[in-house]
This record gives sequence, C-alpha cells and structure tokens, in this order.
Amino acid sequence: MPLKFSVVTGSPDPVYRQIVEQVRVAIAGGVLQPGEQLPSVRALAELLVVNPNTVARAYNDLTGEGALEARPGKGVFVAQRRQVFAPEERLRRLEAAVQTLVKEVALLGFSDEEIQELLQRELQKLKGGEEQKR
Amino acid sequence: MSDYVIETHGLTRYYGGKCVVDTLDLKVPRGSIFGFLGRNGAGKSTTIRMLLGLVEPTRGSATILGHDCQNLPPVARERIGYLAEGHHVYGWMTVGECGRFQSSFYKHWNQSIFDGVVDHFNLDRKAKAGDLSRGQRAGLCLAMTMAPEPELLILDDPALGLDPVARRSLLQSMIYVTRRSDRTILFSSHLLAEVERVADYVAVLDYGVLRASCPLEMFRERVRQFSLRFDGVTPQLPGIPGLLQAFRAAGEISLTIANYDARSEELLRSLQPVAFEEVPLSLEDAFISYLGERGEKSFFLDQAPEKPEALETVAVVDEEKLP
Repeated sequence: MPLKFSVVTGSPDPVYRQIVEQVRVAIAGGVLQPGEQLPSVRALAELLVVNPNTVARAYNDLTGEGALEARPGKGVFVAQRRQVFAPEERLRRLEAAVQTLVKEVALLGFSDEEIQELLQRELQKLKGGEEQKR
Repeated sequence: MSDYVIETHGLTRYYGGKCVVDTLDLKVPRGSIFGFLGRNGAGKSTTIRMLLGLVEPTRGSATILGHDCQNLPPVARERIGYLAEGHHVYGWMTVGECGRFQSSFYKHWNQSIFDGVVDHFNLDRKAKAGDLSRGQRAGLCLAMTMAPEPELLILDDPALGLDPVARRSLLQSMIYVTRRSDRTILFSSHLLAEVERVADYVAVLDYGVLRASCPLEMFRERVRQFSLRFDGVTPQLPGIPGLLQAFRAAGEISLTIANYDARSEELLRSLQPVAFEEVPLSLEDAFISYLGERGEKSFFLDQAPEKPEALETVAVVDEEKLP
C-alpha cells in the first residue's frame, strides 16, 4: 500500500485530525480503494510514534462518517462508497470547506478565473487518481 | 481493581514557609500515558517524590496502586518503575553490569526487554556507564526501569537533555510499554511536542496548584482563541469567564478563553462584531496562554466539564494591559 502517513506536532491541527485528513485524501484520490485494509491501531501508533488512542479516535471519526468500516476481529477497512451525510450536512461541509479556501486566498491577489482554474485542475487530479486505479 | 493507579487527596508539601505543592487532588487513570506538565519549580518532582514515599507530605495523603504512599510495601514497590530526574548511573559499571546489578533487586526481571531497550539506544554492553552520552545514559536508565515490567512507570523529566534521536527512541519505548493495556505511564515534561505525541491525559501544575487535569484533547478544545472585528470603535469588554488574554488592535480584539462554552460564545456575539473568527492554537500556544503572566489560580479544566458552576468567574480584563 503506497499510503504514507506523517504527522507533525506543534501545529494547530491535532494529531488525530491530521490522520483523519490524510485518510480522507487517500480515499478520495483512489490511493486507498474500497475494501482495502488499514494498518491496525497499534501498528499505526507505533509507526507514527503517537498514542494508540489518538489513532483509535481518528479511525473512529472516519468510521462514523462512513469512510471506513470496522469488521470485528478482522480490522478496519475502507468502506464501499456511500453517502452517510444528510443532504443539509453535506452542503454545510462543502460550504465550510469553500469558506476556508476563500479566506486563505483572499489576500493573494489572484483573479477569480485563476482560482477556478486551479480548483478545476485539482478536482481533475482527484478523479484521475481514481481512474488510474481502476 | 481501581480505575486509578494514583489518587491524591489534598496532598500538600511545604519547604520552610514555602508551599511547593498545594492541596493537590490528582487521579491518574489506569492504562493512560499521563503527561505531568508545569514550569520549572511548579512542584512536579516534589509531587512524584511524595507519591513514591521519598518525601513526606506536610498534609494530605496519596495512594499508589491502592497502597498508602507513606507505607509502600515491597510487593507494591516491585510493581512501580521510577526513572529519576537526571539519569544517574553507577559510572564504574559497564552497561551489562548495570543490568545484572539492577536485576538482583527484582523477583521479576525480563532480560529481553533490557536487551531490547539497550539495542534500541545502540548501547555497547561493555561500555562504562560513566562514559556514555546523556542520551545513552537515558537509554540505560530506561532499560533498567522497564526490565522488571512494572505496572506503573513514573518518569521524571525523561527527555531532559536528550537529542532528537534519543527523544524519539524514548517515545517509542513509551508506546511499546502500553502494548499491555493495564500499563500506566506518568511522565513529567516541558516538551509539548512530545506530550502531544504520546500523552492521552495531561495535568498542569502551576506554583504547586493543579490548574488542569483532563484528556489532552479536552485541554485543546477548551483553551480557544478568537478574533473579533468591529466597525469603528471596539467596545468595552464585559466580564468574560475564563478570559486568559486579551489584545486590542484597531477595530479588532483578540481573546484567549479557557473553558469556552455556549455561554461564552453568546457573550462574545452580544458584542455584535462584524466578523467573528476562531484562531486555531497549537498545544504549546494554548499551554502558554493558559499559564500566562496573569497566572490566576482560578480556572480549572476538569475531567467533568459538564459542571460549569465549578468555575469561578474571573471577570474583567486588566484594562492597563489593553493599549
């Protein structure tokens, strides 16, 4: 599995959230495929040198949002893709993400077109990653 | 079996007229990696020494693995591993001899753990302990402390003076210990980045007073920073419970608040800012704000945050500090 986790400390982003985001990106980009098994909590904790409860919390959050599924006695796997969020919640998450983006780029002085183009390109990259895997 | 391996009740210690540990009520959950934080001289080492029965409390009491700290029977001591501050070793012995010497004091000694840690720190068994570097000495001490497979490991500032490689080895060893879920580690530290990696609980001691004791993530969630922007003049601040720091710039107020909750949010929104934004804090920033120069003893992040009435209101911002 080419998935490479890394966490940094001293960041405003808690370690568990860094893990959550890396798994999300890996799934969205097709690096992790549905049905694929993730390292055990213990193994990932020892690899990253973090408290096992931190990894467990990340896996828990990802299971809660439907990205992963826990199979008792077997481990944690990438779930088959399905929508677990209610439509309003889905929209709320999209809006929050876009607001963050807008805040970050507000002072950089790019034109709307330039921003949209880059956004388009990144979205394409995500899809490209998925197709390669198939 | 109790859920807590350490419990203190009003534990207090004076040195002369100086109160070093002040009415400490601390509970360390079994199976946790518990980070014991505080500035130099906050009373961490004195607390640890009282827990081990090395220093007598002036008042109060403590139990460790269910036994009174002042009366620890040998069977209880065997279950506790203590790494003292400073990594002291018998300099004339070799690494191997240190292990054999230490093992003679224990009924149970797992040589493969000793060997594993010694190898992990790349120590030569024939090297004289006195010739080891600081990091290597730490490795040797850790090996000697871990080999009896103690149920409770107490590490007093184990990372002090270590280089990054040795620190990482230390953290890996700590994670390794918790492969057994009934093992508990209490460690004191100044290195927030490391605490963030390995601790699941933290306690913060300041001037001998326990200022916080809770899961690490709760500490982060409950020390928060906000930026409020206003059209024109910034308003006077009302008394905000848990206010740690306030900075005022043109049209903007930045606030760091402990025990932030719905009530605090309501209060901030009632100032009617045109923009209201959270500024995420790193653990270190949160810690420094929390123990800021104001140094009140009034906030307390508790394991039971659903009891907000336990928090005192520390009202008004010190207007002198607001330019």
